[in-house]
Amino acid sequence: MKGCNNLVDVGRRQFLRGGGAAVAGAAAAAAALGRTEAKAAPAPARVSYPSNRLANVADLKVNEPVDIAYPDADSPGVLIKLGQAVDGGAGPHRDIVAFSILCPHKGFPLAYAAADRSLNCPGHYSRFDVEKGGQQIWGQATQNLPQFALRIDGKGDIFAEGVDELIYGRLSNRL
Amino acid sequence: MAFKRYVDRLPIPPKDARVQNVTCHFCIVGCGYKAVSWPVNQQGGPAPGQNLFGADLAKQEAADSAAWFAPSMYNVVKQDGRDVHIVIMPDKDCVVNSGLGSVRGARLAELSYSQTTNTQQQRLTDPLVWRYGSMMPTSWDDAIDLVAEVTRRVVEEQGEDGLIVSAYDHGGAGGGYENTWATGKLYFESMKIKNIRIHNRPAYNSEVHATRDMGVGELNNCYEDAELADTLFIVGANSLETQTNYFLNHWIPNLRGTTLDKKKQEIPNEAHAAARIVIVDPRRTVTVNACEVEAGKDNVLHLAINSGTDLILFNAIFTELAAKGWLDRPFIQASTSGFDAALAANKVSLDEAAKVTGLTVAQIAKAVAWIGEPKAGGARRRTMFAYEKGLIWGNDNYRTNAALVNVALATGNIGRPGGGCVRLGGHQEGYSRPSDAHVGRPAAYVDQLLIGGKGGVHHIWGCDHFKTTLNASEFKRTYKKRTDLVKDAMLSVPGGDRRAQVEAIMGAIRQGGLFAVNVDIVPTQIGQHCHVVLPAATAGEMNLTSMNGERRMRLTERYMDPPGQSKPDCLVAAALAQGLERSWRAAGKPAIADKFKGYDWKTEEDSFKDGYQRHEKGGEFVSYDRLRAMGTNGFQEPATAFDGGKIVGTKRLYTDGKFGTKDGKATFMASTWRGFQAEGKQAEKDKFTFLINNGRTNQVWQSAYLDQQSDFVRDRWPFPFIEMNPADMQELNLGAGDLVEVYNDNGSTQAMVYPTPTAKRKETFMLFAYPTGVQGNVVSKGVNEFVIPNYKQAWGNIRKIATAPEVTRHLTFKSQEYVTG
Repeated sequence: MKGCNNLVDVGRRQFLRGGGAAVAGAAAAAAALGRTEAKAAPAPARVSYPSNRLANVADLKVNEPVDIAYPDADSPGVLIKLGQAVDGGAGPHRDIVAFSILCPHKGFPLAYAAADRSLNCPGHYSRFDVEKGGQQIWGQATQNLPQFALRIDGKGDIFAEGVDELIYGRLSNRL
Repeated sequence: MAFKRYVDRLPIPPKDARVQNVTCHFCIVGCGYKAVSWPVNQQGGPAPGQNLFGADLAKQEAADSAAWFAPSMYNVVKQDGRDVHIVIMPDKDCVVNSGLGSVRGARLAELSYSQTTNTQQQRLTDPLVWRYGSMMPTSWDDAIDLVAEVTRRVVEEQGEDGLIVSAYDHGGAGGGYENTWATGKLYFESMKIKNIRIHNRPAYNSEVHATRDMGVGELNNCYEDAELADTLFIVGANSLETQTNYFLNHWIPNLRGTTLDKKKQEIPNEAHAAARIVIVDPRRTVTVNACEVEAGKDNVLHLAINSGTDLILFNAIFTELAAKGWLDRPFIQASTSGFDAALAANKVSLDEAAKVTGLTVAQIAKAVAWIGEPKAGGARRRTMFAYEKGLIWGNDNYRTNAALVNVALATGNIGRPGGGCVRLGGHQEGYSRPSDAHVGRPAAYVDQLLIGGKGGVHHIWGCDHFKTTLNASEFKRTYKKRTDLVKDAMLSVPGGDRRAQVEAIMGAIRQGGLFAVNVDIVPTQIGQHCHVVLPAATAGEMNLTSMNGERRMRLTERYMDPPGQSKPDCLVAAALAQGLERSWRAAGKPAIADKFKGYDWKTEEDSFKDGYQRHEKGGEFVSYDRLRAMGTNGFQEPATAFDGGKIVGTKRLYTDGKFGTKDGKATFMASTWRGFQAEGKQAEKDKFTFLINNGRTNQVWQSAYLDQQSDFVRDRWPFPFIEMNPADMQELNLGAGDLVEVYNDNGSTQAMVYPTPTAKRKETFMLFAYPTGVQGNVVSKGVNEFVIPNYKQAWGNIRKIATAPEVTRHLTFKSQEYVTG
C-alpha cells in the first residue's frame, strides 16, 4: 500500500499548492482591503483505491497499448510502455503509464494514435498526450485525462493503485 | 506534470435540489445550462430515488449521460447569504447545445466566486479609491460622490466632450439588455456623449456597417439553417473553437449527412445531399481538420488566401456567378436594387483574383460551383454564408463585408431555409439603448483623443483596453502618464478632504491629467491606472437577459450572491446618475440636474422594464416571468405575440423578401478592391518578415478575465502561443516553448513558440488579447473609414528572449488536429 499512501500525499500536496496559493492571495487581498478573515478550505476526502495487478512488464511492447480496466471492470483504460522516460512514468525506465480511456468530456472511448502517442476522441475531436501526463493537447474536456498511479514490484508485476482525476460517468471513482 | 485536481468524488444533488435556467455567459452561441443547488449540509444518494436525476449512480454511466458532471461544474457558493452546493451542467433539452458543454461553459461553476473553495478570489468586493498610495476600500456613497463631483466639474469646464466613455455594447457577462440600457440611458439620454467607444474597438460604430447599410441585419438566420444548407461558406472563422457547440451540434450533423431526413421533411421536392463546406482562412485550423474528418476531404474546400485578400475573392465569385447565370433573378428583381451597377463596379476575372489571393483559378471556380451551381433537378443551391473576425478585423472591413453580402443576395440566400448571410459573433448580443445618432459617422477615434491629451474624465465599463485595443503600446504609455498626473495630485492632499481632493484632481486635469473610473468584476490592467474602481456583479449573480447568434433570447436567473458589495452594472449606472443629479443640483444647475431623473430602480428587472420592454421591437410581449417559463430555449427575437402561455418569436428574418431599407429592397453595393486599405499596412508588410496573424483558442474564448485565475487554463497557456512553421523556428534557433519577442515599429510583446508544421512559412498566428502577452501592442493605429481596427494584418519581426521557462517545459506541443487512432 506504499504507492497508495504516496498518492494520498501527492493529492494533499497538490491540493495545498493550488488551494493554499489562493488562500495566501486572498489573505493578502483581505489585508490590503483592511479585512482580516481568511477562511481555510476544507480538505477533500479521497476514496480508497484497490491495488490491482494489470500486467507484467514482460507483457509490454514499446508503443503498443494494452487494454486494462481500473479501479473496476467498468472503467476501461490503457497501459502503455513508451520506451523513453516521462514525468510520472513507472518502472525502472520510468516509461510505463496508464490512463482512463473514457473522454472526460462526454465519455466516448478514446483511440490510441501510435504515430504521435496521443489518445483521440471520435466524439468531439479532443486529444490527450500520454507522454505529458494526459494533458489535453486540444479539446472540449475541462480536465486533463485521469491517469492511473502505477507500482511495479520485484517480479515486474504492474499494479494500479490510484487515480488523479474524476473518471467520466461516475461521481465517485469507486462505485 | 499536467494539472490535475485530485478530486475523485463529488456530492450528489438530492431529489429536491433547486434547478434554475442558465445561458452560458461567455460566447455568442449561448448554450443552455442548468444551475442545480442545494443546502451545504444535505446530499442525495446513488439510488434512483435519492437523486435529482433519478439515475442509478452506483453504476458506470454511459457516454453522453445527462447525470454526470465534472469537478469543474461543481462549487460551493452563497445563496441569500447561505452556503449551497452548486452544479452548473449543460442542459440536454436546450436546442442550441443539446447537452454539450464547451471547455469554457462547463467551467462556469469553477469560475464562480467562492469563499469556501477559494475560487475567483480576484473578484472585486468593494468600491476602491486611490488613497495613501494604493487602492483602498470605501463605501458606495463615497466612491459615487467623488466620481459624480469630478465628472460634473469636467463637464462644466470642457463640455460633455470632456467625458470619455468606454463601454461594452453586448450581451452575456459584462453586458445584457439590463446593463446596456442603463449605461445607454446615462450617456445617450441624460447626456449626449459623443466621445464613447466599445470594448473591442476604438470608436462607437458597427463592426458590420456595410451589411446594415444594405438593409440586411447581420443575424438573419437560425442555427437550423446550418443543418439544412447544401453548402456552408465560412469566412475568417474558426468555429470549432469559437462557436463550438453551434459547430458540433448543427454543422457537423449536416456534414455527416445525418440531417438528410430533416432536409427532406422541411424542404421537399428538391435533391438533398450531405453538406459541403468552403472555408476562407489564410491558416489551416482545427475547424478545417474536423470538417475533413466528417465530410471527407472531397467535400471540404479550404481557401487559404493571402492574408487580407478576401474582398477580391468575393468580387471574383460574384462576377463568375453572374457569368454562369447562377443567380436568383426573381429574387434580385423583387427584393433588391443596384445589382447591375454593383456587378459592373466589382467585375474581376478569376485570373486576377487568383493572382492576388494566391489561390488557383480552379479553386475559385470550385467555390463558385459549390455556392451557385443548380442542384440535380434544377433547384437553387442553398448556401449559408457566415463570417467573423477574419473579415471584421481584416483588411477593408466595410467593402469586404459588402462584397460577401452581394454574393448572398445574388444567389437568393437570405431569408430562406438553409441560407443566411450572418456574422458568427463573439459575445451574445443584448443591445438596448436610446438613439446614438448624435455620435455621428465616422465616430470619434477615441483612443487617439486619449493619446492626444483630450478629455478630463474617463468612465470604463467592463473593458480592458490594455489587453484589447490596437496600437496598445502607445496607448498604455500615454494613459499611464496622464493618470499618474492625477494620482500624484490626489496624494498631495489628505484623502479624506473631499473638497481638496476634487480641486487637486481638477488641477491635474488642467495640466493634461485624466481621472479614470473603472466598473468591472475583476481587477484589470487598465484598472491599475484608475482612481476609482467600482465592483460589478456578473450573470448568475443577477438576473440577465441576452440573445444569441440566432437571436434566441433567454433569462439567466440569479443563482448566487454577488461578491461583497458588488452589484449589477445597471444599478451602478443608476447610482452614478443619481450622484450626478445631486451634484448638478448642489452646483445650482437644476435644469441639468433634472436630466438625471428616472433611475429609481431597485433591481435589474426595473432596468429591463424601462429599457427592453418599452423600447425594443416586441418588448411588450416579454417579461422575466415569461422568460423563466420559456427555460433555456427562450424564443427568437423579435417577439410577435404572447400566445398559449408562450412568447411567439421569429425563426428567420426577411422571409417576406422585405429588407431594412426605406423601399424595403436590399441594396447591392459597389465594393472595388484597393489593396491594403489601412494607412501604413503595405509599408509594414514590406518592412517586416513575419505576418502576425492572430485570434482565439478553445480554452480561452470570451472567458480570459476569469481564466487568468483558472489553474486548468493557466497550466496549458502560461503565455500566449505563437504558431510557427518549424523551418522558421530553425532559422531563428527556436525550440518549442521558447519565449520570443514579437516587435515592429508599433511596439513589442511576447509569446511562447508552438511548432506548427501546417503554418505557412513566415506566417505566424498568435493568441489574441492574452494577459501575459498582448498582441495589440504590435498592431498599428490604422483603421478603416469608419474607425474599425485592422488587427489581422500585422507584420513584425521575431527574436528569441529565453529558452523554454519552467512553466512551459511540461507542456505538450503536439499538433492540435484530431487524428483517427
